[in-house]
Amino acid sequence: MSEIAFLEPDKSIIARRDEIGEELRRLLPDDCVVTAERELVPFETDGFTAYRRVPLAVVLPETTAQLSRVMRYLAHEGIPVVPRGAGTSLSGGAIPQEDAVVVGVSKMSRILEIDLPNRFARVQAGVTNLAISDAVDGDGFFYPPDPSSQLACTIGGNIAMNSGGAHCLKYGVTTNNLLGAKMVLFDGTVIDVGGAAMDAPGYDLLGLLCGSEGQLGIITEATVRLIAKPAGARPVLFGFENGEAAGACVADIIGAGIIPVAIEYMDKPAIEICEAFANAGYPLDVEALLIVEVEGSEAEMDAMLERIVAIAKKHNVKTVRESQSATEAALIWKGRKSAFGATGRIADYICMDGTVPLGQLAHVLSETSKIVARYGLRVANVFHAGDGNMHPLILYDVNDADEARKAELAGADILKLCVDAGGCLTGEHGVGIEKRDLMLHQYSEADLGQQMAVRHAFDPDWMLNPSKVFPLESRGLNSKAA
Amino acid sequence: MTGAGKLLPDSEEAAAAMVAEAAGIKRTLAIEGGGSKSNIGRPMFADNTISSANYSGISHYDPAEMVISAKAGTSVKLIESELANKGQRLAFEPMDYRNILGSDGEPTIGAVAAINNSGPHRIVAGAARDSLLGVRFVNGRGEIITNGGRVMKNVTGLDLVKLLAGSWGTLGFLTEVTFKVLPAPETQATLLLLGLDDDESIRAMAQAMAGPDQISGVAHVPELASQSLLDCGAATALRIEGFAESVSYRLGRLRSRFKDSAAIEVLDEKATRRLWIDLRDVKPFAGKATNVWRVSMKPSQAAKFVMAIRMEAAADAYYDWQGGLVWLSIEGPDPQDQLIRNELTKHGGGHATLVRADEQVRLLVPVFQPEQEPVKLLSQRIKHAFDPSGVFNPGRMAA
Repeated sequence: MSEIAFLEPDKSIIARRDEIGEELRRLLPDDCVVTAERELVPFETDGFTAYRRVPLAVVLPETTAQLSRVMRYLAHEGIPVVPRGAGTSLSGGAIPQEDAVVVGVSKMSRILEIDLPNRFARVQAGVTNLAISDAVDGDGFFYPPDPSSQLACTIGGNIAMNSGGAHCLKYGVTTNNLLGAKMVLFDGTVIDVGGAAMDAPGYDLLGLLCGSEGQLGIITEATVRLIAKPAGARPVLFGFENGEAAGACVADIIGAGIIPVAIEYMDKPAIEICEAFANAGYPLDVEALLIVEVEGSEAEMDAMLERIVAIAKKHNVKTVRESQSATEAALIWKGRKSAFGATGRIADYICMDGTVPLGQLAHVLSETSKIVARYGLRVANVFHAGDGNMHPLILYDVNDADEARKAELAGADILKLCVDAGGCLTGEHGVGIEKRDLMLHQYSEADLGQQMAVRHAFDPDWMLNPSKVFPLESRGLNSKAA
Repeated sequence: MTGAGKLLPDSEEAAAAMVAEAAGIKRTLAIEGGGSKSNIGRPMFADNTISSANYSGISHYDPAEMVISAKAGTSVKLIESELANKGQRLAFEPMDYRNILGSDGEPTIGAVAAINNSGPHRIVAGAARDSLLGVRFVNGRGEIITNGGRVMKNVTGLDLVKLLAGSWGTLGFLTEVTFKVLPAPETQATLLLLGLDDDESIRAMAQAMAGPDQISGVAHVPELASQSLLDCGAATALRIEGFAESVSYRLGRLRSRFKDSAAIEVLDEKATRRLWIDLRDVKPFAGKATNVWRVSMKPSQAAKFVMAIRMEAAADAYYDWQGGLVWLSIEGPDPQDQLIRNELTKHGGGHATLVRADEQVRLLVPVFQPEQEPVKLLSQRIKHAFDPSGVFNPGRMAA
């Protein structure tokens, strides 16, 4: 496998393992520090399991003040820090390194304040994405971003990766739904950004934080926007004879001025995999499937669906199936949301995350098939069509070194294709280590230099998540470690 | 302003060369688009002005992609009319500041990004920064930088787009901006709840936003401010947009929900458009000589905050964003910055910007909310990361 390089671990730090562990225990309650080698193993990787590094130690602070003390110590000693939410990152954003201390937010899992008149919730960073919506569901509200891992992933991780989800076509991603954050900087300084108001003064630090992949600070608290639930929501399945027709239908729905809550696309391999797993009732005699969700009152949904069905008919839609009950609606979404897990049952896969302009969808889909075929592999496509965020799953056998290498190469080719089509390397999974070395395909040296200068303003010695996002060879003077 | 004639680059390369030269000889540059907002912010004493006036035009617009890219000097007017021709619009309803500033010049799309200019629709559609997908700009070293792109989901590297949005020209000279656009609604209407006092309206607006009606504008105009807008006294306005059948359905539902709370009137599409443009452009305080503040705060505290100001100063106010945005007009020479910012702290926090005041006042009073120490330090480091020799807009945001 073409190995992605990590920074060379600092042996002098590793040699001080015991002393560092002792000091961390002095700063934190005993059950907040992990140093036993066997107990460190669960932290060696995240959702990008091809790479593993056992960290020096793991700390799980319970409060911002505890974390501040730990960070002050680690900065003083020059020890790298890798922040971690639930460890569901698909790009290796939370993979540690041997000389680093992992800071996990899992013990900071309390909802601190729910303010319905002002429509926000203030939560600790370790609260899971779904727990926020669950807490306000009975009052008729929800928190919109809904990544597939929402049962497990934390709001802290969501901010670090600017997570999206199926419903962000209408409601936006994390950055569009975050009002405030409390954060600990590399040296232990605690800052508050934003709050209950709709916008914050000065430079938009909150916007910068979203998607910063743990390089600017560690978030301990978030204030997020709550939205009133619509009167109802209804997903509808549309089956097409080919991918081009489905793609053209997406463009026409949007061109007609209709923005559904979600438009999800699945190709035949994805349909078969998901149906076998979830029994969602997906049609198996079609080449491409769209799940279109509309919301509103019954009458409004009927009216909107009438318009959408008319458009789909122009593209010779083969199957149209409206969910008739909440159970059926949940089943339709279960099939889609289990796509990655279900694929994992039949093969190993790597999941790409490039985003392309809507007009390029059909082109990129057909080129993707060609690329994967060229490497002799298979691909399943399941993605957020309404916003052009593609997730080709390249299937391979992890125990076959040659296939694994080919899968990585095919993935890189697909991402370059997305960039060349006017898109980007990653829509919602982040750069992490996975896409780090492709950054120069999308950005110039000067572009990356400007981003690194901003990173430098927050973390002058590159102690926070130092192996991620920026290609090692492009760092120059920006990183003392490179 | 002193120094040579205004710099008018007609390409990114020319702009980069001009900035590099200025940085090299330690001269400062004020950044200008159409010049309509040169009276906001701290007065600047720059050596010269660099303008985007000669760098304009729509560079990419494909309605099916819901994205538009334009050079920074393109007028907002042109963008909005091109979008309207294709049944689309900018989701965040940017304000035209000329009414309250009494200024002229043609507002540019670059400035919309640079000041994160967002109107009433912001409460549901996000601010300009939420629609801004990509930027190209010249940094203070004279380098041409790209960040973001023209796709709606993008987490590739640090999001400098957000930093540039609302930086008031202090971080870079924007050359091109790309915005997400949305379909314009088929129709729209406004439900007015008449005669509520400020406290009652704050509760009614929260109640309206807690329901499933997808309200796209929620404002309250007390009686005095209402005189220039409506002839019905104090009014709480709820805007509904969408397909005709959906708008009438939701109007009906809102009407029955609020029938016992207030007298109700409905504005048709034309009157709705007029009202929300006037609210957006702060018509109640246009053509006057008062100090005007834009206060962003916790909605539920807004009426109490305004009451506290009224007890101490000759103030007039109205509310947008459910109360989250308070437009405040203060009579007399003293803009009451300390009173306003103290009361804001007491009422749940937020920030206040002095949008209209005499130059002398803007020199003495912090126009933008002063930042707390650790954040202030970070802001200075960020400024340095973009503009190490301090070329752009010296002192516009803070002394």
